[in-house]
Amino acid sequence: MQTILSVAIDALAYGMILFLISIGLSVTMGLMRVVNLAHGAFAMIGGYFASYAMSALGLGYGLAIVLAVTATVIIALPLERFLYRRIYGAPELTQVLMTIGVTFCIIGITNYLFGPTLKTVPLPPDLAGSTDLGFRTISNHRLFAIACGLMVAAGLWLLFSRTGFGIKLRAVVDNAAMAASLGVRTQWVYAAAFAISVALAALGGVIGAELLPIEPYYALRYMVTFLVVVSVGGAGSIPGALLACLLLGAIETAGRYLAPEYGEFFFYLAVIAIVSIFPRGLLGRAN
Amino acid sequence: MTVLENEAETAHKQGAMRLVAAPMLLLTLAIAGYFLFPDNLALLTRIIAISLLVLSIDLVTGICGVATLGQAAMFGAGAYAAGIGAAHFGITDPLAMTVVGAFGGALAGLLSGLVMLRAHGLPQLVLSIAVVHLFHEAANKASRWTGGSDGLTGITPSPLLGLFDFDLWGRTAYIYGVFLLLLTFVALRVIVSSPFGMLCRGIGEDATRIEAMGGDVRGTMLKMFVIAGFVAGTGGALGAISTQVVGLDTLSFALSAEALVMLVLGGAGSLYGALTGTVTFMWLEDVISAANPFHWMTIVGALLIAAVLFAPRGLYGAVEELAARIWGRR
Repeated sequence: MQTILSVAIDALAYGMILFLISIGLSVTMGLMRVVNLAHGAFAMIGGYFASYAMSALGLGYGLAIVLAVTATVIIALPLERFLYRRIYGAPELTQVLMTIGVTFCIIGITNYLFGPTLKTVPLPPDLAGSTDLGFRTISNHRLFAIACGLMVAAGLWLLFSRTGFGIKLRAVVDNAAMAASLGVRTQWVYAAAFAISVALAALGGVIGAELLPIEPYYALRYMVTFLVVVSVGGAGSIPGALLACLLLGAIETAGRYLAPEYGEFFFYLAVIAIVSIFPRGLLGRAN
Repeated sequence: MTVLENEAETAHKQGAMRLVAAPMLLLTLAIAGYFLFPDNLALLTRIIAISLLVLSIDLVTGICGVATLGQAAMFGAGAYAAGIGAAHFGITDPLAMTVVGAFGGALAGLLSGLVMLRAHGLPQLVLSIAVVHLFHEAANKASRWTGGSDGLTGITPSPLLGLFDFDLWGRTAYIYGVFLLLLTFVALRVIVSSPFGMLCRGIGEDATRIEAMGGDVRGTMLKMFVIAGFVAGTGGALGAISTQVVGLDTLSFALSAEALVMLVLGGAGSLYGALTGTVTFMWLEDVISAANPFHWMTIVGALLIAAVLFAPRGLYGAVEELAARIWGRR
């Protein structure tokens, strides 16, 4: 029982970190129909900015997060304007190749600027401690990550289903030409949605730096994980992504506890099973 | 449709000539390579092995239009099948090893096809990635057979045809590789321009239409996956024979992605494009990454973006277009 609860708590924290980063990808993929493999690269850029802000500029954790998110969005917007805008609606292969290209460039440039070593994002004293849950202790940072994940999920749901922007975005997704003729500025909506997705990636990259350490190959190493989460959950679905993260987090964590010598064998077996049975993902919409 | 029509027309007009001319050109280049880079034959042999992998991706991605990031599963399956046959069952004749590897690859191709053809688009891409990871983890776990992360050693191919030893310089391996590549290339040209190949191209352009015309989309694609696995497995076996060791990196996602990049830089959908891409990519990689591997990544990234934006038919397509403009055909 102890083990099960232990695994469950770790799985929850890991799943929430995955959710924080992947939900942005789910937005670009489900709503804008862009397979953005460079998503992990934006999370990595966020991590690097936070690390730089804290170690070189001496800023606090909260300020560093704000700075990292803003700076990453500032970098991403020109990329959206000059590269991504050309591949909206293009075949998947084109999108995959273009965004792998962007990822490679970001890895190369990051390594040139910051070197190949691991970068840390030091935690403030409040988050560095741990809380006693009765049956085990859990680091405050993990609780913080879980809370952030839940807040982001709720915030996004409100944004998409309860605000004018959400309505416009869904209209553009359903029928861009019709939305444009009704006066919605589609390009602006796309750019805004892209910015939100990148901001979430950066936020997740910083908060998740404890579990997914920041280094130049980060962008490539976790690219597959994020992609898997989105396609298992169903692109564009917030509850789907949440469910997928919790499920995959549980499988991955349980595998690491119970059968470490099998590596990620069961993780990928589960992915194949789920995607074969639900080709659109657990909660994906039919086209 | 214009690509298809052009292709059919040229195939018809120059079919016979091209069928002879292309292998001749390949052979000339291969002989030139032998005399120009006598100290680098190991690299050239590796280029040939990877070419077979890239050709195999071309069959699935370029011809059938299925994007895959997991083709190394077939390549690695071929390498391990040949390697395990040699190390554990005493099948050391290089020809037999190649056959074992090819069938190992074909089996992996069948499995990949059965899994991947269950979905379309992004989920399909994710399935291809999951397949290659699954193979990787399985090979890692079955270390009694595969040597796990240490790699499979103890592969000592006997002399080719009982006459030619696999020497330290890699001459025999290189010549054998060239022979395999030529054979595969001619066979693939026949397959690609056959009615079956045309049906596959049709599926790549519009699967729904082929289905409406009464074509068996799933069965045809599955056949192509098996053929692709056969080709990739041959490449894997060649790698196992020439290096006498098989590592887990033959089954990696990174190799799959790299090979896809080579195909696209060269020009997907054309066998010449696949070869052009592999040779250019691997030669550049050898030169540049010796200086700094991260500059190499930046350059590949920039090349990919440029290829997507300005040369969707790749290096070979761009050269072909240029040549056509100069000689004023079209």
